[in-house]
Amino acid sequence: MSFLSRTLPRTLAVASIAMLAALWAGCAGDYPQSTFSPVTELGVRINELFASLFWWTMLVLVIVFVLLVYILIRFRSRPGVEPKKFYGNNLAEIGWTLGPAMIVVILLVPTVRTIFYTYEEPPEDALVVEAVGHQWWWEFRYPQLGIITANEMHLPVGRPVDIRLSSADVIHNWWVPRLGGKRYNYPIAARPQGAPEPKNYERISFTVNEPGQYSGQCAEFCGESHALMRMMVVAESPEEFDAWVQGMKAPANAVPAAGTLEEQGYNAFLRVGCTACHAVAGTPAMGRLGPDLTGIGSRWKIGAGLLPNTAEHLAKWIRNSAEVKPGSKMLAFPNITDEDMTAIIAYLQSLR
Amino acid sequence: MATAEATIRTAAEPKSGIWSWITTVDHKRIGIMYGVTALAFFLIGGIEALLIRIQLAKPENDFLSAEVYNQMFTMHGTTMIFLFAMPIFVALFNYIVPLQIGARDVAFPRLNALSYWIFLLGGLFLNASFLFGAAPNAGWFGYAPLTSTTYSPGLNIDFWAVGLQILGVSSIMGGVNFITTIINLRAPGMTLMRMPLFTWMTFVTSFLLITALPVLAVGLFFLSFDRFYGTNFYVANAGGEPILWQHLFWIFGHPEVYILILPAFGIISDVLPTFARKPLFGYALVVYSGVLIAFISWGVWAHHMFATGLGPIADSFFAITTMIVGIPTGVKIFNWLATLWGGKIKFTTAMLFAIGLIPLFTMGGVSGMHHASPPADLQQTDTYYVVAHFHYVILGGVAMGIFSGIYYWFPKITGKFLDETLGKWHFWLFVIGVNLTFFPMHFAGLLGMPRRTFTYSAELNLQTYNMIETIGGFVTAIATLVFIWNVVRSLRKGEAAGANPWGAHTLEWATTSPPPEYNFAELPEIRSREPLWDHPEDYDAQAQIVTHEIHMPSPSFWPLLTAIGVTVTFGLMMTKLWWPPLIGLAWTAIAVMNWAYEPASKH
Amino acid sequence: MDHAAAAPAPHHETATGLDTFKLGFWTFIGSETLFFGSLIATYMVYKGQSVRGPYPSDVFDIPLTSISTFVLLMSSLMMVLALAAVQRGDRKGTLTWLLATAGFGAIFLGFQSYEFTHFYHEGLTLGTNLFGSSFFVLTGFHGAHVTIGVIWLMALWVQALRGKLGQADAVKVEVAGLYWHFVDIVWIVIFTLVYLLE
Repeated sequence: MSFLSRTLPRTLAVASIAMLAALWAGCAGDYPQSTFSPVTELGVRINELFASLFWWTMLVLVIVFVLLVYILIRFRSRPGVEPKKFYGNNLAEIGWTLGPAMIVVILLVPTVRTIFYTYEEPPEDALVVEAVGHQWWWEFRYPQLGIITANEMHLPVGRPVDIRLSSADVIHNWWVPRLGGKRYNYPIAARPQGAPEPKNYERISFTVNEPGQYSGQCAEFCGESHALMRMMVVAESPEEFDAWVQGMKAPANAVPAAGTLEEQGYNAFLRVGCTACHAVAGTPAMGRLGPDLTGIGSRWKIGAGLLPNTAEHLAKWIRNSAEVKPGSKMLAFPNITDEDMTAIIAYLQSLR
Repeated sequence: MATAEATIRTAAEPKSGIWSWITTVDHKRIGIMYGVTALAFFLIGGIEALLIRIQLAKPENDFLSAEVYNQMFTMHGTTMIFLFAMPIFVALFNYIVPLQIGARDVAFPRLNALSYWIFLLGGLFLNASFLFGAAPNAGWFGYAPLTSTTYSPGLNIDFWAVGLQILGVSSIMGGVNFITTIINLRAPGMTLMRMPLFTWMTFVTSFLLITALPVLAVGLFFLSFDRFYGTNFYVANAGGEPILWQHLFWIFGHPEVYILILPAFGIISDVLPTFARKPLFGYALVVYSGVLIAFISWGVWAHHMFATGLGPIADSFFAITTMIVGIPTGVKIFNWLATLWGGKIKFTTAMLFAIGLIPLFTMGGVSGMHHASPPADLQQTDTYYVVAHFHYVILGGVAMGIFSGIYYWFPKITGKFLDETLGKWHFWLFVIGVNLTFFPMHFAGLLGMPRRTFTYSAELNLQTYNMIETIGGFVTAIATLVFIWNVVRSLRKGEAAGANPWGAHTLEWATTSPPPEYNFAELPEIRSREPLWDHPEDYDAQAQIVTHEIHMPSPSFWPLLTAIGVTVTFGLMMTKLWWPPLIGLAWTAIAVMNWAYEPASKH
Repeated sequence: MDHAAAAPAPHHETATGLDTFKLGFWTFIGSETLFFGSLIATYMVYKGQSVRGPYPSDVFDIPLTSISTFVLLMSSLMMVLALAAVQRGDRKGTLTWLLATAGFGAIFLGFQSYEFTHFYHEGLTLGTNLFGSSFFVLTGFHGAHVTIGVIWLMALWVQALRGKLGQADAVKVEVAGLYWHFVDIVWIVIFTLVYLLE
């Protein structure tokens, strides 16, 4: 009995503090989707607010813990000591009503300020990116630049960005932790390129301060493969960004030279039905049901952040994407010959 | 002093056997049925949780397929909330509240039985989906349009919407019953401000039940009608707003979580004074803060929607109300600490769970305050940070209250003690398990792990956190096994308990353990909040002599038949035809008519 | 000490003096308020949002609906008279006014059926547009409540016919009246917000 009433509680108290320290130390590790290392002002302001919330509430928590431990030790049942019988104390009760109330007021001020900050309209010259969620991949359109891509979003460092969120099917949630908070992608009927702007979309705007690759994923349960709906934001210098845009508008290898394996692949690509859903800028392929494949050769991964971008994985994906991504809406292509497949993959990998 | 035979008149039906349980309208039996059923669902929900944790123990695991995982997390949440937490409190409301107010039963005993049978049938209905391989799979708050037939073509969501609709009827009927009971059936002298806190919180919770569940019912009708009859409530193409579902659901959903926690607060407000051997500190403030929490809970729902882009005014409004609701909650924590202050604290298992609620719930409240700030919530929402928050308030708050109540009232219900040593093992293993599982989730969430993901990338570097969480899940499972063993063993050979084994102060302890069918023979006028402490001479259970006729309500099978009718009516909606539910309605109408013409008490 | 000598328990006295059945039913009305409130709120939110017709102004016949509203209002008056009859033990009056209330309720339902059929022929169904969905579900649930009320009143009428609805049973009629008036008030709100404010 003494084990349960003395030894165990004390061991646990020590162990808890040790674990806390260990977890805290763990924070310094490499976490690509950490919210603690933001690269935008939005992310920084959110964290500043969180710090404020955290420390004030910790104060309350520590007070409660310390009081409780003291009480349990001091007032545990001992022979000969009788309990004091009192029913209340108005002063005390007023005190511990007003105390928390004051903390609430203190926390509300930066909260409301930051709320308005998060809803500020981005400047007129912001780069507009439309992030359209699909089950289970991301479509990114740049209406001002006339390009469309998927899953990998390139952004210029130092320029305000206005991400307009919508969905082609169910509710999704765009989240790249190092860039700031998340917002829902609401369904509005999918629009063909050039159609007038929808009336409601959600938006999130920020300026990326540091070049780098920032991963993210869908954060609202959207069906079977919700967990596999990932994306990568590539923030690069304005020059590199312009080069990428050019490459997307007029890809050099869109129509390969005659006689090459890539050209064989290009013809197979057009023949076996890929163009029903996919598009490659500079070719007759204009399908919009699936991700745009312009530049797919240089994407960090395929399948919306699921598989490494290698020939083997491309083949696996094309043959039967639902095997690696449950519920995938891409048709399976089990009947593509090995020869065609090799050629198609060569073509796709040449799209850089 | 001879105990005269009570001249109790009930219909001449047997007191034992299945039929007596099927037709019972006795609040104590109904309470036991609720409790046993709820605990069975607790085990099912727990297994679902373990399966989730096994799948997440390592990244890119393939223990569960995506579809099965999605069914697991949906059913885990739905089962734990609707089939365990709510009914187990109803079990205690049923058994204990009439005793605490000095009544013989609830206001509407047959309606009470109806609530139970609908709960049982609804829970079975929901779980029957597993037999079709089509368990609900869109989360416990299933957002539209994912739940539409376009994106969820199977039976899964049909089962979910219909099952919850059935369960809602049970809750609303229960709420009506307990409000009426508490207002009208209190013993003479038992003013509202003399009622035990558990009864008070039952009262407040009942108001939340009758006001929140109808809103969910409407939301579910819209969903079912969209799915079965082609309406457009959540269909974006027709101009409908998927966000309407979110508003309707959370207008129910937020009061729902107070429906879960307020009874736990009520339980520990009765338990702490008993084992500190001094009265509750600031009774009035504890009561009023509970009432205030219930009121304010109506105005905070959109804090579940901070990432939807409500606009700065709405965001600010809900941030303010959400933070404000933390104040009366905080007040209670300090009142409980002050109750312990200067006490003579005895660490029974019931007391350990009650005390444990204080730090663990406060931790959950702290992360709740973090969520209350919309910009901060933009990083936290839909991540494991939220999962940590609500499991701390549910396991550290709701469950602690439940177990405290079970250990406290088990002797009253069964006449036997639960074993204290096993109880303490249960307590410590549970506390360790809960903390191991849910504390690391705070970190995992802010380090980028969204919720409801059947797997996660190894690149996130979150496998250590997840592994610890899985181990914690198994520790909690062992704690639960210890608890089940304790219950089974104690029912067979637990130490006998008398009328007031804890030396407590409220009326349920003034009668035998277990109480006779009629609860109390006679009750003198209540003169204080702690009647058994202030006027012990008025209450001597062994001397309860019955001197007059006591009219008890008679058993009836119409509640069960009505419950079947209700279940069939809603269930037949799944045929997607308009006329089958009418069959169910006809059956229900006939059962209700017979019920109405049957006298409440046959003598 | 012999507490058994205390006075016998008072017979069915309630803590507030209010009838338990009535109190319970008021509580239930509270939950119904939220039920209809949510349905009405949804209708209001979706007003004017339909992407295609028919629209309310295409199908509503306000004069006709005014008549059915009046009928329902009158039925509430008859309910009051029925209760008064039961309370003074007037069996004939009870039978007359209960039947009249149920009858007028049935007439209201008749008007509703006619109206719904007419809308259907105009091309408005549950699934046509937001108006169809929100209108039919709201008024449909209301109509279902009226139907239940009519059945309830007829059951009471049969009881009265058999001589089993005397003064002592007045609370049963009072509770039925409570339900009936509630359903009527809900209709007033619907008529105002849905029909008149169009």
